[in-house]
Amino acid sequence: MALALPAISTEPSALEDKHRGPGLWRRLPPKAKVGAVILGLFVLAAIIGPMVSPYDPGFQDPSPGLSLHAPDGAHLLGTTQSGQDVLSQLLSGIRLTLELAFAVGAIATALSVIVGVTAAFLGGIWDELLSLVSNVFLVIPALPLLILLLGYLPQKGQTATIVVLSVLGWPWGARVIRAQTLAIRNRDFVSAARETGERTWRILAFEIVPNEVSLIAASFVNTVLYAIATSVALAFIGLADFSSWSLGTILYWAQSQQALQLGAWWWFAPPGIAVALIGTSLVLLNTGIDELGNPRLRDANGSSRVSGRRRVRPTDPTPVLLETPPRGRLAGFAHSFSRSSLLERDRTRATRPAGRARSAVRSARRQAPLLPGGEQQ
Amino acid sequence: MGFIVRRLVFYVVAAWAALTVNFFIPRAMPGNAVEAIMSKFPNLQPSAFHALQAMLGVAHPGSLWHQYFTYIDDVFHFNFGVSVSQYPAKVSTLLGQTIPWTLTLVGAATVIAFFLGTALGIAAGWRHGGWLDRVLPGLMFFQAIPYFFLALILVDLLAVTVHLFPIGQGYAAGYVPGWHWSFIGSAIYHSVLPAFTIVITSVAGWMLQMRNVMITTIGEDYVLAAQAKGLSSRRVVFTYAARNALLPQLQGFGLALGFVVSGAIIMEIVFSYPGIGLLLLNAVTSNDYPLMQAIFLVITFTVLVANFVVDLVLVLVDPRVRSQEGA
Repeated sequence: MALALPAISTEPSALEDKHRGPGLWRRLPPKAKVGAVILGLFVLAAIIGPMVSPYDPGFQDPSPGLSLHAPDGAHLLGTTQSGQDVLSQLLSGIRLTLELAFAVGAIATALSVIVGVTAAFLGGIWDELLSLVSNVFLVIPALPLLILLLGYLPQKGQTATIVVLSVLGWPWGARVIRAQTLAIRNRDFVSAARETGERTWRILAFEIVPNEVSLIAASFVNTVLYAIATSVALAFIGLADFSSWSLGTILYWAQSQQALQLGAWWWFAPPGIAVALIGTSLVLLNTGIDELGNPRLRDANGSSRVSGRRRVRPTDPTPVLLETPPRGRLAGFAHSFSRSSLLERDRTRATRPAGRARSAVRSARRQAPLLPGGEQQ
Repeated sequence: MGFIVRRLVFYVVAAWAALTVNFFIPRAMPGNAVEAIMSKFPNLQPSAFHALQAMLGVAHPGSLWHQYFTYIDDVFHFNFGVSVSQYPAKVSTLLGQTIPWTLTLVGAATVIAFFLGTALGIAAGWRHGGWLDRVLPGLMFFQAIPYFFLALILVDLLAVTVHLFPIGQGYAAGYVPGWHWSFIGSAIYHSVLPAFTIVITSVAGWMLQMRNVMITTIGEDYVLAAQAKGLSSRRVVFTYAARNALLPQLQGFGLALGFVVSGAIIMEIVFSYPGIGLLLLNAVTSNDYPLMQAIFLVITFTVLVANFVVDLVLVLVDPRVRSQEGA
């Protein structure tokens, strides 16, 4: 008896107890997963990139054959006008740009949390003042102001850019976080904490802020996106440290040395596509976070399939999900490696001899008939 | 009127903040504009130092207060000083030449993108999970591409390779700017590709936002009630769902305007469009500080005015805002 694993039991109650629902990764909307994977790849490239980069990104190979050389075995992404290896530049560029973006994201988000929470919690004149300041900085277009600030700076290095971008990057997050703090400030658990005599900073740090994690995450992602877009744009118009390699400076050199006109797509396209992919992954991640919080925004595919009709009118009653949408071939294959698939297979054998694993389990558990079109062979 | 007055006061405060920031930046930054210019042009005589100082207004005559009020007074009289890079042209003259170009191009393209994105967002939100909804992640890719990068690629494809559009400039060489059809035709022809680039890069943002608001609105009871009454789908979509979803969308439009406009201005550089973006690039590359400062002010004020226009539209289209006013 002691050998009987509870998870394999077919008792509905036992299943309910042990199976605590899918993990965070599985709950993430597909968009967020794609975004996280792409971003992860770039972060990986940023971490190990400079270690595996084949050449020194700044090294100018003087041999004339290597000027604007198309990609080949020795230079996987070709060379620039002065014989520098594009792949090496790209790898260190990804690191520098992500470094800047994450630093700006962290600093600006911290600022917006501080401002937003303080404004909402103090209320009164402080709230008015802080809200006014953040609203003013929201309507003043950031890029021209950044250009002005960086234009006056004598040296436009990484640190200076991070500071300037952070200083102007917080108002949006502060606005959103302030609204959320106002909403939860008067909830019972906050009052309870206050009644027990918690100090204000403890209430803020341990009661309020943890309830805003998803909002803070979204604001962080947004700020990172803003930092990448802005830093690349700034480098493009010549406001960057051109002794180092970031995605923006690579693009600047490629543009200023007529890479596109000379047909050197390998010099010009990779940094731009890298920026676009990082940006897309962040947008996807943000949309995913949104969808996690607001299930309505999710892709309606699954529900329409379950209800058995091809098209579900938005105003129809929400179809009850009797089964999670069946996995596709590739996803099913990938899933077969996971630990939970092992459990599912055992459960399926115990309840039904054939059929799709999850749907069978769910239907057995619910003891409810599937809708006519729900079962797919 | 309450709403409009309150917004107006806010924009005045914002404008004052921009003016003040603009005033203090050159005084607070560690760099020295005059030295930067001197090092940029090594053949300048040392005697030019004081001339430059006087010209840039960094000689600091009088107290800070005095300087501040002179500065505000100058701004109100459109007196932004003299451009360093295009000496002896006045900054205000340079701005006057370039603003109409940018205003027409960026303004028209932004409005087109907004309406197109909103329409697509309505469609995507209504047919939730339909094909339009599913191509959205693909559109996000276009949104994430730096404006200028997409612009460069489009120029290479459609202007250099296929010769469908002119490579750049605001109008064909040989024309004299003026109000005659041949020139206007040429200007429109030259603005198609830049406008297309702005639209393609910004449409996804509007679309995503509208889609999300639309989906949330569709879940409201009054939409269900309208559907239950047996109203036609079109009426439910446009009169009930989209109409109500438009308010957050318009508010978002106002807030995102600054960002979109900044990106579009950078894009002008690629097309060598004779607008304010190109002027800004020239100012940055030649350390033309008076010009940079004036451009910042002009862009900011334009965005503020545009925001105020959006507020007026809000009052016009949304009875909820109007009823707020009465209260």
